[in-house]
Amino acid sequence: MTHIKRWLGHSVSVAAIAIGCTAASAQDGSVLVGLITKTDTNPFFVKMREGAAEKADELGVNFQAFAGKYDGDNDTQVTAVENLISAGAKGILMVASDTKAIVPTIQKARDAGILVIALDTPLDPFNAADATFATDNFEAGRLIGAWAKATMGDGAANAKIAFLDAHESQPTVDVLRDQGFMEGFGIDIMNPDRRGDETDERIVGHFMAGGSEVGGREGMETLLQKDFDLNVVYTINEPTAAGAWEALKAAGKDDGSVLITSVDGGCPGVRNVADGVIGATSMQFPLRMAAFGVEAVAQFAKDGTMPEVTEGLEFFDTGVTLVTDNPVEGIESITSTEALELCWG
Amino acid sequence: MADEIEFPGAATGRSALSRRILNHLHANPTIIPLFVLVIGLIIFSFVVGERFFHPFNLSLVLQQVTIIGTVALAQTLIILTAGIDLSVGAIMILSSVAMGKLAVTLGYPPEIALLLGIGVGGLCGWFNGIFVTYIRLPPFIVTLGTWSVFSAMVQYFSNGETIAQRDIEAGAEFLQWSGEAMKFGAARVTTGSIMMLMLAGFLWYMLNRTAFGRHIYAVGGDQEAARLSGINTKRVLMSVYLIAGLICGFAGWLMIGRIGAVSPLGGEMTNLDSITAVVIGGTSLFGGRGSIIGTLIGALIVGFFRNGLALAGLDVLWQEFTVGLLIITAVSFDQWLRRISN
Repeated sequence: MTHIKRWLGHSVSVAAIAIGCTAASAQDGSVLVGLITKTDTNPFFVKMREGAAEKADELGVNFQAFAGKYDGDNDTQVTAVENLISAGAKGILMVASDTKAIVPTIQKARDAGILVIALDTPLDPFNAADATFATDNFEAGRLIGAWAKATMGDGAANAKIAFLDAHESQPTVDVLRDQGFMEGFGIDIMNPDRRGDETDERIVGHFMAGGSEVGGREGMETLLQKDFDLNVVYTINEPTAAGAWEALKAAGKDDGSVLITSVDGGCPGVRNVADGVIGATSMQFPLRMAAFGVEAVAQFAKDGTMPEVTEGLEFFDTGVTLVTDNPVEGIESITSTEALELCWG
Repeated sequence: MADEIEFPGAATGRSALSRRILNHLHANPTIIPLFVLVIGLIIFSFVVGERFFHPFNLSLVLQQVTIIGTVALAQTLIILTAGIDLSVGAIMILSSVAMGKLAVTLGYPPEIALLLGIGVGGLCGWFNGIFVTYIRLPPFIVTLGTWSVFSAMVQYFSNGETIAQRDIEAGAEFLQWSGEAMKFGAARVTTGSIMMLMLAGFLWYMLNRTAFGRHIYAVGGDQEAARLSGINTKRVLMSVYLIAGLICGFAGWLMIGRIGAVSPLGGEMTNLDSITAVVIGGTSLFGGRGSIIGTLIGALIVGFFRNGLALAGLDVLWQEFTVGLLIITAVSFDQWLRRISN
C-alpha cells in the first residue's frame, strides 16, 4: 500500500509541476491549435511539430501535438480530434493516417466551429477539410524531370529511364510525382491520374519500391536486369534513391553515368546530393506547412478569415525547391550547402 | 473469488487488522483500481477544472473507451483462464471489414451482414480455441500466429481500402447505429456505449451466478484440480475462446459506429490496449482472479488519464508514460498479493 501512496504522491507533484508550465495559459480563453500527425517518429512530422510550436510561440497561441502510434492508426487520431474538441480548440492541423475513415470525425470538429486544415495529405473527399496545405507533388516531380532533361542535353532523346515508385495501389502522391517527372522530361503522360499507361520507349520500367532503401536496391537490381544501359533513375523519395545507389555501386555503374533524381529534402538526402549520389532532389517544407497552418488558425480565430488556395490549384501550395550542385539554365535551384540549412530530419 | 483466503505468514507477523485488509483486497480485486480511478478524477478536477467534469467530456471518455472496453471484456475471460489473446484486434477489424464488404460491396441486408460479421469473429475465436485446447499450444504462441493470419485476411478481403461513410450511409446505415448518440443535456451517450455496459452486465452475471462462470475461474486457478473435480476443462476453454471471438466481432460493429467508416488500418495496438485495461483493472495475468467490473474500471482509468492529461495540455508522450506506470504498478501489486498469500 505504502508504495502505491508514494507513487500517487509523486504523480500528483509531477502533474502539478507539468501543469504549472504548460496549462496555465489554457485557462485564459486564448486560442488553442492542435497538430495531429501520423506518428511522432518520422523526421518529417518532427519538423512539422517544431514549425508549429515555434510559430505558436511567436503568435502567443497555445499549441498541442498529438500523433498516432503507428502509420495507419486511425483510432488514436479520432481520439485526439475528440479531445481537441473537448478542450475547446480553435483549429486542428491534421496529417491523416486514413484519409477516408477520419472524415466523419473531422466533420464533428467542423460542426463544433473548429477550422480543420489537412497538412501534406489531402482528405478523401478533398473538401472534407476546410483547407489543405501541401506540397505540389506534380511540380516536385516536374522540376527533377526538367532538370534531368536539361542536364542530358541531346542525350535526353535516347535516355533510358527507370522509375522506382512506391505502391501498386497508385497513391495520389506517388502518381503525381511520377507523372510530374515524365511531364518535365518531355514524356507524353497520357492519363495524368494513372501511372504505367505511357508508351514512350525511353521508359525501362516501373518498380514498386515501397519508399524504402531495401525496396530501392531491389528495384534497381531488377530494372538493371531489364536494361543494363539505363542512365536516368527517378525515385519517389530519398531512401529509395540511397538503395538504388547501392545497387548501382554493386553493378559498377557508380561512375557518374547514371543520373539519380528524387523528392523530399530530408537531411540525409541533401547530403547525398552533396556527395554526388543524387543528382537533384525536390525539397518540400514540412516546417513551413505547419507554421502556415498555425498562422491560418490564429487569423481565423481573430476575424474568421478562411485560408486561401494557391491560384490554379485546389490547395495552398507550401512550395518546393530544386536542390542540386549542377544547376541548369532556366530552372531555379539551390545548392546542397544552402539546402543543409533548410532540410529536415 | 469471493472466498476469504487466510494468509498463514500474515497471521504471525502482522496485526489482525492488516490481515483483514489483505484478505479483503485479495477477495475484492476491484478495490484498488476503483481507488485509482477516484484519485485520478480528483486530481484532474483540480488540474483541468470544469472542462474535465463537463458532461460532454465525461460522455466523450465513455465513447472513447467503448471499443477497448468491449475487447477488454473478451480479454478478461481469456486471462481468467490463465491465457492471453493477441489476436483480438485483428479479429475485430476482420469482422468489421466482413460486415462492410458484405453490406456495402456485396449488397447483403446490413442486419445479415452484422450477424455474419460477428460469426466471422466467432470462427476466429473457435480457431484459436482448437489450437489452445486440443493441440495444447501456449495461447501466447497460438494468438501471436493468428494475429498475423487474421491481419493478412483483413488485407486480402479489404485490398487495404477504407469503406467511406457516404457509401455506408447509402445502403447500410444500420451498421452505423452503434455510433448514434442520445443526448442527455450536453452529454452524448452512444448506443454502442450502452451496449458495452449491457454486455458487461451479462458477463458479470455469467461469471458470478452461473456454474459455467465459476468453472472459468476454476480452470484459470488450477486446470488440473478443476479437471479432477469433474469440470470438462476442454469444453470450458473452447467456449471461452469462442465467446471471446464473438465479442470481438461485436466490437467490430461498435468500431464502424464509432468512426463512421470501415477502416482496414488500425487495431494493431488493440490487443495490448485491452490487456492494459484488464491488468489495471486488477485481473491477474496468472489466471483465476479478477473481475469484469475491474476491467471496465481499468478501461475507464486509461481513458480518463489520457483525456485528462490531454485537456491539461500535456504532451501525448506523458500520456503513454502515465499509462505505462499504471500497468507496472498494477502488476507489482498483484504479484505482491500473490507472494503474501503464498
